[in-house]
Amino acid sequence: MSYRTPLSNVRGLGAANTGSDHFWRQRVTGFANLLLTVFVVYAAFHLKGADYEGVKNFFQSPFHLVFAAAFIINTSYHMRLGMQVVIEDYVHNEGSKILLLILNTFFTSFISLAGIFSLLKLSLGA
Amino acid sequence: MVQLTLPNNSKPKRGKTWNKPEEEGTWREFHIYRWSPEDDANPAIDTYFVNTEDCGPMILDAIIWIKNKIDPTLTFRRSCREGICGSCSMNIDGTNTLACTKGLDEVKGPVKIYPLPHMDVVKDLVPDLNHFYAQHRSIEPWLQTTTPEPQKEWKQSKEDRDKLDGLYECILCACCSASCPSYWWNSDRYLGPAALLQAYRWVADSRDEATGHRLDNLEDPFRLYRCHTIMNCAKACPKGLSPAKAIAELKKKMVERKY
Repeated sequence: MSYRTPLSNVRGLGAANTGSDHFWRQRVTGFANLLLTVFVVYAAFHLKGADYEGVKNFFQSPFHLVFAAAFIINTSYHMRLGMQVVIEDYVHNEGSKILLLILNTFFTSFISLAGIFSLLKLSLGA
Repeated sequence: MVQLTLPNNSKPKRGKTWNKPEEEGTWREFHIYRWSPEDDANPAIDTYFVNTEDCGPMILDAIIWIKNKIDPTLTFRRSCREGICGSCSMNIDGTNTLACTKGLDEVKGPVKIYPLPHMDVVKDLVPDLNHFYAQHRSIEPWLQTTTPEPQKEWKQSKEDRDKLDGLYECILCACCSASCPSYWWNSDRYLGPAALLQAYRWVADSRDEATGHRLDNLEDPFRLYRCHTIMNCAKACPKGLSPAKAIAELKKKMVERKY
């Protein structure tokens, strides 16, 4: 039984003074994804049936390498922002929520770094 | 995690059938949610038959007919019976709407009536709106000014007044908020479409001097940004308003003041 007033419950801990940044970044990365996907489609058609050497040659072009890296970084960041919203929406236990938000950051950072590493190895490696 | 099914003691069971069509007339079948805090029983769906030749054309007329002629214990809110007070909001035929403006002829087959979803029930079709009203209170729905009050009224141009159309008409019936999945899962922190529509109503008012303070109050991942533009609010609103559009305008203002 709680004797808190309804208004006290609604006001809670007050406004967090954040939120718009997250909203805006999600839109900007979404828009960037739309543009970068054009490159991914182009790459997919270009590399259709290519062997390892062919793929390697493709990514040795600085233009292709930079766009592929941008796509990986942008997608991972967009995924982190999106997953954060899903977790906040549906996970209501404070402990689990914080843990999942941390794991979300770890996971998206890891796959982003792994993708960049693979690209560099492919492009610059012997 | 969010609870996707009702707890065991809230699952509705088949209730009793109060009457059968007897004399001549056109009879409509009604399935109505019943729950009373006075016993430990689960909610029940009771069945009533209404002689539509003996009552008015709206759903509200029919449930008033039931209350007067069959079952005086059936509990619901109603007042103006013409869509201006917002009291008789309930879930009819799967949609949150006002019983007084929903016609019997708009529903095919048995008429199913439940209280507004995902709200605590006080009794039968009466939801507990205390939290909903506190959310409205929290956006400070009144004119705020620092400039000393003028001798007469605060003036507003016709063009500026036009900006309030589609916002001021809200009757706080809660149909929109109770139709919003984000509000179902997070109403403890998300203000919901009704309160946010009113928040924008005051942000859009040319006479108000507290826009920055109002936006600060909404700068929060939950209060405003749980809106994912699902649009159920605009679909449900019995007054034809679009809380979703008002929320989008608030988000635009939030971004606008940053750059």
